[in-house]
Amino acid sequence: MSVLRAERITRILPGEVPVTLVADADVAIERGEFVVIRGPSGSGKSSLLYLLGLLDRPTSGRLLLDGEDTSGFDEDRLAETRLRKLGFVFQFHFLLNEFSARDNVMMPMRRLGALDAEAQSQRAMQLLRDLGLGGHEHKRPSQLSGGQRQRVAIARALANDPLVILADEPTGALDTRSGENVRSILRELATSQGRSIIAVSHDLHFASAADRQIEIVDGRIVPPAPAN
Amino acid sequence: MNLYVDIALSHLRSRRRQTIVSLLGVVLGVAFFLAVSALMRGSERDLIERLVDTAPHITVYDEFRAARPQPATMLYPDGAVAIRGVKPRAERRGIRQYKQKLATIDAIDGVQAAPVLVGQAIFSFAGRDEAVTLSGIVPARMRGVSRIEEDIVAGSIDAVDANPNGIIIGEALARKLSLSMGDTVNVVSPAGNVRTMKIVGLFRTGNASYDESQTFAQLTRVQALMNRPNVANMIIIRLRDAYPAREVAAYIEQATGYKSVSWQEASKDLLDALTVRNVIMYTVVGAILLVACFGIYNVISTVVLEKTRDIAILKSMGFHARDIRLIFTIEGALIGLGGSVLGCGLGSAMMQGIAQVTIKPPGSVDAITLPVYWGADQFALAVAFALLSAIVAAWLPARKGGRVQPVDILRGAA
Repeated sequence: MSVLRAERITRILPGEVPVTLVADADVAIERGEFVVIRGPSGSGKSSLLYLLGLLDRPTSGRLLLDGEDTSGFDEDRLAETRLRKLGFVFQFHFLLNEFSARDNVMMPMRRLGALDAEAQSQRAMQLLRDLGLGGHEHKRPSQLSGGQRQRVAIARALANDPLVILADEPTGALDTRSGENVRSILRELATSQGRSIIAVSHDLHFASAADRQIEIVDGRIVPPAPAN
Repeated sequence: MNLYVDIALSHLRSRRRQTIVSLLGVVLGVAFFLAVSALMRGSERDLIERLVDTAPHITVYDEFRAARPQPATMLYPDGAVAIRGVKPRAERRGIRQYKQKLATIDAIDGVQAAPVLVGQAIFSFAGRDEAVTLSGIVPARMRGVSRIEEDIVAGSIDAVDANPNGIIIGEALARKLSLSMGDTVNVVSPAGNVRTMKIVGLFRTGNASYDESQTFAQLTRVQALMNRPNVANMIIIRLRDAYPAREVAAYIEQATGYKSVSWQEASKDLLDALTVRNVIMYTVVGAILLVACFGIYNVISTVVLEKTRDIAILKSMGFHARDIRLIFTIEGALIGLGGSVLGCGLGSAMMQGIAQVTIKPPGSVDAITLPVYWGADQFALAVAFALLSAIVAAWLPARKGGRVQPVDILRGAA
């Protein structure tokens, strides 16, 4: 059974001239699979990612996460599902500047409340150490480099042990070395931890690390070329 | 620390200067609320205390609240009976069988009563005539219902019993007529009787007109002087607790038939004016706090605007819209709470300062300090009002924050 399955999802922005962001997209993501969504600027890559990440609602079609149809979910249920089952990494790290690296990682755990404060802190420290940020736990985002911030964001995405991690241009704002580091971390998460990773990128090198690539043009998924 | 409080504090710290200005607004609002309220309510309580202390709690007069019904009206209660030109029966003034009425009143728990015969008289001394009010009293009973004994500065209230020709006058009247203790004075009643009486006591209440016009003598002596033996025209009553006076007066009126007026009824105009004054006072000080809370609205609106990206991040993480609303409402509540605590401190200092001020109002003999009310209820009211206003002021931008759609912000950022 696919961890995440989108069936003919379409997203149309209403207005005087309705804009179709995504049209009739069928996507199935398996457990431990690393999938990269590729396409030119404005092709609808991020829009598809937001739909798959339950940040946006499809105009039509349905989306099943862990076998559960999310079509009828209200805003609170969607938020709760994001909290428990999904993790996000954005192009611009999007950390809370007033909090330390550890506190940022603890944020989703504190909201979920499944662990006590001590256990949350220990898990956050461990995640940061695992991502090579040992010794930086108490630094604020402004005291970290771009690559370090992105690794904190990955640690935060992993905080509640999600089924799927969604990453929107995770290396887009990083230098080559940091980008490479993030690429290998995501690859490793899929391979050794069995997490499903969906990343948007127009970087071919980054995409080459994926198990599968989905190409999207003008909101439509381009069918894969038949194998010879 | 609670997650929401933690985030709220981080937001407030990020707008430190604006937060401090908003906080100061609430501090000043609460402090002025307290200072004005303490002064107003202090003066109100002082006034009521004086009313309750100096005037009888209930006065039974020798009159009826409504004219007696005519026999024809009593015979045909539902009939269309109209009687015109009725001449009321001439009745002797005074409370009939006042001693029995007094016994009825004495039977009520927590009540002390004293019969009084009040009339006008002329003091004639050294060629000068002075109109005074002469009250015939029973000292043993008067002691329980009046503060006159506490106001006596020379002699004693019992002296009118020891010397039936004794009279107690105000110190101001004595000074006006150059009288002193032991002097004798001619007292002329409206009935034409003249009696030479001896000054056996002097009192000072601080109320100049009262001290110049009020005099006291033994009840039987005044009855004789006024040609009204065995008559009292007033029963004055003091209650252990002054506040149920209205209900007790209604019971006494029903039991005796005579008009019984509680201190609340007697001072109704004044009490109504105090209520109006309180409404005006609370409207003004409430407005000060409301204006202060505009500062909170301003700072929370700015934070919501500045933190739109953070809201989007939190919502993408799984925070609900209500979590976001709660965070910003907590920010308002924190400013309201901090402002209230500091405002209570500043307000208390201002109240202390006001309590040190002494003034001598016109008509008063002694200088008085400004009365300040220290009741916990006004502190609670100020804090509750400040908190409520702060929460409402924060709630409006908080709702806006809760409506932020993360995808709109993330699309913009990308």
